[in-house]
This record gives sequence, C-alpha cells and structure tokens, in this order.
Amino acid sequence: MARNVTTRHKVTATVFAWIVALIIFFPILYTLITSVKTEPEAIAGFSLIPSGTFENYVTVQTQRDYFKPFMNSVVLAVGSTILALIIAIPSAWAMAFSPTKRTKDILMWMLSTKMMPAVAVLVPIYLMFRDFGLLDTRIGLTVMLTLINLPIVVWMLYTYFREIPGEILEAARMDGAGLWQEIVYVLTPMAVPGIASTLLLNIILAWNEAFWTIRLSTTNAAPLTAFIASFSSPQGLFWAKLSAASTMAIAPILILGWFSQKQLVRGLTFGAVK
Amino acid sequence: MGSITLRQVSKVFGEAKVIPSIDLEINDGEFVVFVGPSGCGKSTLLRLIAGLEDVSGGQILIDGKDVTHAAPAERGLAMVFQSYALYPHMSVRKNIAFPLKMAKMEQSAIDKKVEAAARVLNLTDYLERRPSQLSGGQRQRVAIGRAIVREPSAFLFDEPLSNLDAALRGTMRLEISDLHHQLKTTMVYVTHDQVEAMTMADKIVVLNRGNIEQVGSPLDLYKSPRNLFVAGFIGSPKMNFIDGAYAQSRSARTAGIRPEHLGLSKDSGTWRGTVKVAEHLGADTFLHLDVDGIGPITARCDGEFGAYHGDTVYMTPDESKLHRFDDKGLAIRG
Ligand SMILES: Nc1ncnc2c1ncn2[C@@H]1O[C@H](COP(=O)(O)OP(=O)(O)OP(=O)(O)O)[C@@H](O)[C@H]1O
Ligand SMILES: [Mg+2]
Repeated sequence: MARNVTTRHKVTATVFAWIVALIIFFPILYTLITSVKTEPEAIAGFSLIPSGTFENYVTVQTQRDYFKPFMNSVVLAVGSTILALIIAIPSAWAMAFSPTKRTKDILMWMLSTKMMPAVAVLVPIYLMFRDFGLLDTRIGLTVMLTLINLPIVVWMLYTYFREIPGEILEAARMDGAGLWQEIVYVLTPMAVPGIASTLLLNIILAWNEAFWTIRLSTTNAAPLTAFIASFSSPQGLFWAKLSAASTMAIAPILILGWFSQKQLVRGLTFGAVK
Repeated sequence: MGSITLRQVSKVFGEAKVIPSIDLEINDGEFVVFVGPSGCGKSTLLRLIAGLEDVSGGQILIDGKDVTHAAPAERGLAMVFQSYALYPHMSVRKNIAFPLKMAKMEQSAIDKKVEAAARVLNLTDYLERRPSQLSGGQRQRVAIGRAIVREPSAFLFDEPLSNLDAALRGTMRLEISDLHHQLKTTMVYVTHDQVEAMTMADKIVVLNRGNIEQVGSPLDLYKSPRNLFVAGFIGSPKMNFIDGAYAQSRSARTAGIRPEHLGLSKDSGTWRGTVKVAEHLGADTFLHLDVDGIGPITARCDGEFGAYHGDTVYMTPDESKLHRFDDKGLAIRG
C-alpha cells in the first residue's frame, strides 16, 4: 500500500528537519561567525552579525604556526587508522569466518574497554609514556590513538564481514582459491565499502580525539586539538581567536566528511538497506 | 573419472549427531540424487564430500584415492550452491573464468573455455554484465558455467533450482539432465523436490535423520520401497497407509496403496467413500475421500471422472500393487 503523503505533511516534516539540523549545526555556525568578529565583539554578548574581519586568522597564524599541528593531525589520524586496519582486518576476519565459543566474549570485552572512563588510566599511561620516552612523540600518540580506536574498528569490520555470505567464500574455496587468493580476489573487493567507511570514520575519530592528544603532547607532536586548546590560555579568553583556530582545525575534516558523505552513509547502513 | 566412496562417514556438530554413519558408493558418470525431509543432513553430506566440512569419522574416497583430509580445491569437484554464490563484484565472464585463473591457466585458453561454456549455457550476450543485472535463471546458469569450465571429476548441486519459479525450474531441470548426457560426468544433486529426484536421477538416496533409508533407481523406490518412510516419501500424492482390520486381513501391520492404484467407479467397488475435496488438475483429479471403515484416502483419477465435494464414490484397490509393512515399518516381500 502506498503511503498517503500530503503536501502539508511534507512541508511540516521539512521545516522540522531544518530546525533540528540548524540546532545541531548551530555551535559550528556560531564558531564560524565568532571567528570573524573582533575580540571586544566576541565577548560583548550574543550577536549573529560580525564585523567580518579576518584579523583573527592572521593573528592565529603568526602567533602559532598552523602548519605543524595540521601535519601532526594528519600523521596521527592517518597513521593510527592504517595501523588499526592492519591489526583489525585479520582479527575481524578470523572472528567473522571462523568464530569459536569465545568470540562473542572477546568482542564484548573489547567493547567494554571503551566504557571505562579515560581519566581512570590517565596516570598509569602518562607514567608509561614518560618512562618509555614517548611523551610528545608522534609514534607514541599514533600508538595511543590506534589502541583507543581499535575496538570500534574491529567491531565495525566484524559487522561488515558478517554480511558477506559464507557461501561465496566457500565457492571460492571450491574454485581452487587458497587462503590468500580468497582474501585478495573475493573477500577484500566485497569488503571494500565496509573497510572504506571504517577508515573514514576512524580518521574522523582520530582527528577529533582530544583527551589523550592534549595530555600526552606539548609542542613537537601536538595536533590541532592541542592547537585549539592553547588559545584558551590562563592569560584570558580570546574567543575570537579561539574560534578562528577551531575553524581552521575542523575545516579539513569537515571537507573530507562532505566529500565522503555518500561512502560514509552507505558504509554505516550497510546490510540494513540492501 | 569420478567415483565417490563414503565409508562409515559421520558428522557431529557439538552435541548433535547429524550423520551417525553412512556408507555409500557413487559410480563414475552416475546422476545421484539425495532426497529427504528438511534438516535430514543432505546439505551436510554434500559439504562433507566437497570438503567444506570436516568429517567427524570415516573415510571419503574419490576415484579410489583417500581425500578425507584434502582441501576442497584438491578434490577436483565443482559445486553449485542454492544461493548461486556468484562473485558480485565480477562480471559474468570473470565469474566463469575464476576457477581457471586460480588454476593458473593461460589467458587465451581461459577466454576460449569461457566462451565455449557461455555458448552452451546461452550466456554469450551477458558476459560483460554483473550478476546483479541477471535474472535468477541466468544467475544459475552462470553458477553452472563456473562449475563446468574446470572439467571437474564430479559436480555437486545443493538445491540449485529451489529459488526459481515453477516454469523455470522445469526448463532448468531439463538443461541439467541434458548437460549430464553431454558431459557424462558424475553429478550429486541434493533436492527435496521429488519430481526432480524422480526425473533426473539414475540413483536416488533417501535420507532421514542422517541415515540412508534406501538407495535405488527411481522406479525401484517407487515399486518396492523398503519401509514406511520411503513409501511415504516417494510418490505424489503420498501413498495411503491403512492400519487395522484391513491390514490384518492381509497379515500386515500397515497396508499401503498408492492413489493411482485405486480403481474408481460411481456405482460399485470394495470401498465406499465420500469426496471431501476434489483437486482438478486438468489431466488428473486428486480426490480426498473419507472411506467407510478405513479412514481418509487419497485417490488419483482421470480428469474426466467428474467427482465433486459430497459425491459418493466406490474404490477397488489393485491388490497386486498393495504394499505391506510389519510392526517395525519394514516392507514384507512376497
Ligand atoms: N554448522 C552447523 N552447526 C550446527 N548444526 C548444524 C550445522 N549445519 C547443519 N547443522 C544441523 O544439521 C542438521 C542437518 O542440516 P542440513 O543443512 O544438512 O539439512 P538439509 O537436509 O540440507 O536440510 P534442508 O532441506 O532444509 O536444506 C540440521 O539439524 C542442522 O540444524
Ligand atoms: Mg540443505
């Protein structure tokens, strides 16, 4: 039965959707607006009309170099994602295609580590980083980001792999494919959409991760999250500059997200809608 | 060559003994059909032969060679799955070529073989399409094409036609039988459709709860079922089973008479019954009757007979076609 959608319903739904979208997007919008205000304007109170100055961007760039934290962010996000995929693809593959009695428990245990508050392990991790000389190093942070996102990556890949019908892999086995040929010619091409969206999501998560990156870095390895944070300094709040820094920090990931929208949505709803 | 021998093959899943112990001989070039109710272990048995499942006990020999522990690819068998199991990211051409590519055959030889297979299966116009752009019947033909290019020593089919509609099933049935006559390769075919079993098989293996109830040619099974299970399973509509005085008078626990072995008349006969439901199929009519002193009986009669709900009909069972079974459900011969 076709559903009876009247124009009035459609208009109401559209208006409602726009309102919700605007509420969700508003903080980002306000950051954008604030970034083109002068400092006095920024603290003057709520206003949607800026004077339109780009001074903040210039100041931010001259006070602190944007390029270095940007590169750090790229290295950390991409590096940790690749590292996580290298570990997670074989593990998810094993769990999806030759599960044992404990597979479900292991998956639950992995997920449970994400439920623990990060602060709880701050001190031991900080001390470990200090003793191994990993503080403020790209390697240390990359490993840290890999580890904190690994459970999610494994879970996502596991769910995607489970969607691949086992009979297709069995057909490949019958057709004479060895384990590697099965992975290379059959499994991977079929898993590409899932792997791609896992990759994108993990890059976004790693890019935005602020708790550990801020605490375990100072200057050399500091990514854009630390760059933003450095503008909320004890000398006072520079809201306009903070907003300009934030805008610069989120812009790359926003652009990436925009262009990969389709892939992300397809990946995240994989299996739900065939 | 493609003879397959099973020696005391068993399969246990956790606690469940799905296949207790099976001995079976499949000769080279034979078309063997496994039939049985859902869950009786047909697919499991086929997968054991394929090597997709490890045996829990026993031995599997192909052409006299022990392959019990060999990987699927080493057994030289090809399988066609119920879900077709085509590679969705490859064109029809690449799908059919895949086993040859795995065998490291030269590209020019691959092309020749793929094209020959496509011609046999009427797929030439579809070689560049993806599986998702094909109809069910075409997909099934691609799956068969992928199986035949390798020239396996035997084909394994797991309910290959059950996703197709009735008309297409009929055509594909003929195509597979035809293919068997052309290739003369051993085929092991799983189905629960007994029309497929009866029409295609050289040899039918009736399975029940992981045990072989009977092995024989379709007509063997039809004419002399070994026990109640086979008698009830082979033949459509089902054989009528009659207990009580009638069976005892023929010194049996249960008597069996097929619906087509009842002579029908409007005015005289051994049994008198009332028509409950009449199924008119055109050429034939199936009458579901309530017979005095006997119980419910199904009879098959000519489409011209003209009996309807509520009519009284007389029946005379053809005693020479009567089946008799003892207390254990085994057929009494002679
Ligand atoms: N991997 C498995 N783990 C546990 N039990 C299984 C497994 N595969 C099959 N079984 C069980 O083995 C029995 C036989 O299954 P099988 O698939 O061989 O039946 P089948 O005869 O092919 O049935 P159908 O006609 O429905 O396809 C079933 O009871 C099933 O639940
Ligand atoms: Mg089955």
